[in-house]
Amino acid sequence: METVHAIELKHITKRFGKVVANDGIDLAIDRGEILSLLGENGSGKTTLMNMLSGIYLPDEGEILADGKPVTIRSPKDAFAHGIGMIHQHYKLVEVFTAAENIALGLKGKDHDRKAVAAQVQAISDKYGFGIDPNKKVYDMSVSEKQTVEIVKVLYRGAEILILDEPTAVLTPQETERLFDILRAMKADGKAIVIITHKLHEVMALSDKVAVLRKGKYIGTVNTCDTNPQKLTEMMVGHAVTLNIDRPQAKYKDLRLEVKGLNCRSGEGVSVLKDISFQAFGGEILGIAGIAGSGQKELLEAVAGLQKAESGHIFYYPPHPNSDIAGHHVPVDKAGEELVGKTPGQIRKVGVSLAFVPEDRLGMGLVGGMGMVDNMMLKTYKDTPGPLVDRKAPKALAEKLIDELEIVTPGVATPVRRLSGGNVQKVLVGREIASTPTVLMTAYPVRGLDINSSYTIYRLLNEQKMKGVAVLLVGEDLDVLLELCDRILVLCGGQVSGIVDGPAATKEQVGLLMTHVGGGKEAGSDA
Amino acid sequence: MHESHTPLIRLAKRDGMPKGQVWAIRGASFLAAILISALIFLLMGHNPFGAFGTMVGGSLGKPTAIRQTVKIAVPLLGTALAIAPCFKMRFWNIGAEGQITAGAVGASYFALFWADKLPGPMLLVVMAVAGAICGGLWALVPAFFKAKWGTNETLFTLMMNYIMIGVVKWLQGGPWEGRPGSQIIPQFDSAAVLPKVLGVHCGWIIVLILTVAMFFYMKYTKQGYEIAVIGESENTARYAGMNVGRIIMRTMFLSGAIAGLVGFIVASGADNTLYSGVAAGVGFTAITVAWLAQLNPFAMVGISVLLAVLDKGADTLQTQLSVPASISDIITGIFLFCMLGCEFFINYRLILRGGHKEVAES
Repeated sequence: METVHAIELKHITKRFGKVVANDGIDLAIDRGEILSLLGENGSGKTTLMNMLSGIYLPDEGEILADGKPVTIRSPKDAFAHGIGMIHQHYKLVEVFTAAENIALGLKGKDHDRKAVAAQVQAISDKYGFGIDPNKKVYDMSVSEKQTVEIVKVLYRGAEILILDEPTAVLTPQETERLFDILRAMKADGKAIVIITHKLHEVMALSDKVAVLRKGKYIGTVNTCDTNPQKLTEMMVGHAVTLNIDRPQAKYKDLRLEVKGLNCRSGEGVSVLKDISFQAFGGEILGIAGIAGSGQKELLEAVAGLQKAESGHIFYYPPHPNSDIAGHHVPVDKAGEELVGKTPGQIRKVGVSLAFVPEDRLGMGLVGGMGMVDNMMLKTYKDTPGPLVDRKAPKALAEKLIDELEIVTPGVATPVRRLSGGNVQKVLVGREIASTPTVLMTAYPVRGLDINSSYTIYRLLNEQKMKGVAVLLVGEDLDVLLELCDRILVLCGGQVSGIVDGPAATKEQVGLLMTHVGGGKEAGSDA
Repeated sequence: MHESHTPLIRLAKRDGMPKGQVWAIRGASFLAAILISALIFLLMGHNPFGAFGTMVGGSLGKPTAIRQTVKIAVPLLGTALAIAPCFKMRFWNIGAEGQITAGAVGASYFALFWADKLPGPMLLVVMAVAGAICGGLWALVPAFFKAKWGTNETLFTLMMNYIMIGVVKWLQGGPWEGRPGSQIIPQFDSAAVLPKVLGVHCGWIIVLILTVAMFFYMKYTKQGYEIAVIGESENTARYAGMNVGRIIMRTMFLSGAIAGLVGFIVASGADNTLYSGVAAGVGFTAITVAWLAQLNPFAMVGISVLLAVLDKGADTLQTQLSVPASISDIITGIFLFCMLGCEFFINYRLILRGGHKEVAES
């Protein structure tokens, strides 16, 4: 007799316009097992799971729950079948307590808060969540909020839990704790799916791995029978090397010196507290920290986009023999003060910022415009007269397409239509084309496939070798540790430590991310 | 458990429909508008062919009819051009009505009190400049508040309309009143009236020049580029080092100035006086024109003429076939509804239930 799976997907297809997000996918989920759904960004993992949790309807194919065909048209239907999904972005009411958030939206039951709290406590004890039902959400750290989401789903009786990139916002220590909880739930007979693109997590946690590539189902393997190299090949479709270079530059000179920098956000909240550090030409300085610890504000402050309340940012011109010398306006060799300058003036000194926001387009590029118009975004004012000159930007666009192998129908095609990797190549390429002396980039590989990521790392290394001071804000600690010469760790808007790239360990950086100086407890970051 | 199945109709976004198909849908929607209108005529007991004939004849049949149609189209086109840069910037300026009126007030001041002090052509130039400045300043107020404190420009510009119309009512009954008790501002001196070219006041030449200028401005100037960037994303603009607040104020001044110029054209060329209804709803209709033309200045010429034909045609219907005024409004409404509605079908596709095998549940 055929075994009955908790959930079985049969030939599921989902299209968005012309894009086929899922193409005839078959997948089985079993109780008492942790399944990793592995694939690069855009391979259709989240789309597939959203169909299980009632957010999308499949265009073709069927879903079987315990062997019976079902139609899931809303999250409510999903809960009826015991399916609960924990999304990447948490959906909690900030001013409510954990218990109130968990009870929220449940109809027909008495909202006896004490009973809910007691039950939450019971679930919490059972799996070792360590959650306080009466704590308000706004007092919680990111990891606690995630815990509330998980408990919420369990409270509603979910037997099948789907977690979408659960570790993206967690520190290494928090990730370990989450994994322990997931293992406890597995032992309790729940079926667990985690969506991820991080190989070491797959290897550490799951029993089985299902791989998707470009919307297609590649196969399912037992974790014990495979290794990261094989999984990568399944994900990418061909062999890749997983090593990142860390070459030594010829010139290494002081480029940027930040001293006692303080900044407040528009709402008057202090976002950067007494930041001091140095950045050198010929070096990649990584910036690590939990999301929202002041990374963005720090780069913006250097670029002149964020007003400094107090402190100094001194800029020193590059070594006269390096490739990048002499392209920019001359500055004071004893240190040019950047605080108080406009973004335009700072750019002319040679400081460039390539920030890749979550939606990839919002800050560095104009989605509705073609490459040509995007090339001149920062330089359109440099030509004399009231008219724009599109000749030079057009030449630059064509050069970038050629050099970085950007796939686009033409220089006039809106960049929104390009794939994520190509969009980021356009952005980083443009910043590099301005021959910066300081290249600041945040999340440059966000959402990129492995090949494109390596192209970006190569570009950053090339800049470093030319004598550029590269500041890199990254999400993936493993990459930062391999690529950067030094890593500055931010915690709650403060510098909690600066470590040496080759010598640092993941645990060390993880500790600094949550505790200033690796010691005393830092305030929660909301 | 209750029976559950897929919803009856679902929507899906579609991207990049071929040009031919887009125009086929637009053509079909125009046809649909004609058919629905024909049905209405039939219900009213009129021959649809005759009714449409009357509409076309009344708006384009005779040179005098054409002139009147052009007269309706001129302020529509001018105002659509005025709001185009704002809309491109995603600054919802629905205050063109007030800006037109402000421009008319500025122009009228010189028409009323400087007619004998300035030589003829000079007077007209001064009136035009005064109209543009007044319209621009009136538009600058909400832009300033938006740039400084992030106020909602939609409400702000809308409210500014009523203030300006109120100001004109006060002028009509107060300081600028002609014969005491008449509540009417006197007719302009002939020197303050726009000369006619081919039987219509020369405002039509001005707006045609403006059309080309606006196209050029939006496409080839640095300012036009800045407007486009801000419209796509204010954050990007800020990252590129643009002073967003200043650009918003500059663009709104320009927008208001063009609307003010339209106010001058209407007051001087068409009305030969100032009254509170000088804008006559043009500031709102122009929004439709601008959107239908997808902010392309040349397309605006066609759309504003089309709306003028509908307007004048409906007017003729009313007088010749004694169709009630409300029916003419309904006909205009049907055309606008179909033309705007078809954009929905260009952007989305409907999926009916039954696309795949249904699964019954216990």
